[in-house]
Amino acid sequence: MTSILLAIVIGAAFGAVLDRIGATNPNWIGGMLTLRRLHLMKTILLAIGVGSILMFGGQMIGLVDVGHMSVKAAYVGVFIGGLMLGAGWAASGYCPGTGVCAAASGRKDALFFIAGGLLGAAAYMATYPAWKATGLLDDLAGGKVTLGSIPGSSYDGLMSVSGDLLGIAIGAVFVLVAFVLPDSLVGGGETAEMPAE
Amino acid sequence: MVLNWKTGGLLLGLVFFAAVLLVKPIGVSTQFVILDGIVADAVNPDFITQTDEGYTSTNAYMAKSGGKYANSAADPLNYSFIFVLAMAVGAFLSARLRGGIDAVERVAPAIWRENFGDTPMMRYAVAFLGGFIVLYGARLAGGCTSGHMMSGMMQTALSGYIFAAGAFAAAIPTAMLIYKRG
Repeated sequence: MTSILLAIVIGAAFGAVLDRIGATNPNWIGGMLTLRRLHLMKTILLAIGVGSILMFGGQMIGLVDVGHMSVKAAYVGVFIGGLMLGAGWAASGYCPGTGVCAAASGRKDALFFIAGGLLGAAAYMATYPAWKATGLLDDLAGGKVTLGSIPGSSYDGLMSVSGDLLGIAIGAVFVLVAFVLPDSLVGGGETAEMPAE
Repeated sequence: MVLNWKTGGLLLGLVFFAAVLLVKPIGVSTQFVILDGIVADAVNPDFITQTDEGYTSTNAYMAKSGGKYANSAADPLNYSFIFVLAMAVGAFLSARLRGGIDAVERVAPAIWRENFGDTPMMRYAVAFLGGFIVLYGARLAGGCTSGHMMSGMMQTALSGYIFAAGAFAAAIPTAMLIYKRG
């Protein structure tokens, strides 16, 4: 029952924060992906950096259970799937989590996104054996691997360097990039003050 | 109004950290499969069946990894499924507390209207098709923006960087092509 309670608390917090940073708003996603307004990109980079530094720092001092890590496998399909997700994300302005949150916040178009998503997931379920047969789902570079070797982790490291320290260093780079990234890389961003909300 | 990126980024980072500290990294897209499984099993009770070790399914994807997904669909009161439902509740409350979203914006976002005018049906069609490609791609990749990009890169997972490279390589040109204004 504790896990259900945690799901409710952390899930609600995640949904609320996604709403407040603009991630559930296609105007902000569109601004980020056209490189006209990078505010949301800076937010996300900072969040990944902060999460990384706290997690690896916490693991080093024994506060965070290394067993809580969950590393997904690397395979060619990850890149192909990423391309597909990217195209659909740009066109619709939603990804799976933010689409659910956007619908909950009252956006009707997000309901269509969810309906399409349920059908897309079902289509993948039906076509999974075909993908499996191509070998594109076979592990690449060891599959479930992290860049460095993390003490106490069941995942292999690509490099023998300390995965904890490397994780903190990469986290710091994410934070740094968040700070140095300009508000816009392409003209036109400054004219579009977010209307209608 | 949207939070300053420093505040918003810090808050989001703290949520990522709380998730991995207390349970596990955040992920979302698997739950679309779980909901599909629940619906399929309601329509056809033979879709998910109990075995000695747990659950399995007539669908190879639901049955993979020892029936992991079949198991979750048979018992939706699990952490990951409730997590996504709670996300919706959190976003709903947050949106309400900041005054909600106006009626025009609810149908189609400003960036859509600026490029394509008042064309709600076309917007719905694009949102639907977008959703289809997003979830098909996410399942092929084994995760989405949450699980691969955010949680994955946070953990320095190789797969997270591969996914992010693919996602942005497609997303940036697509967005630039479709949304010339706004």
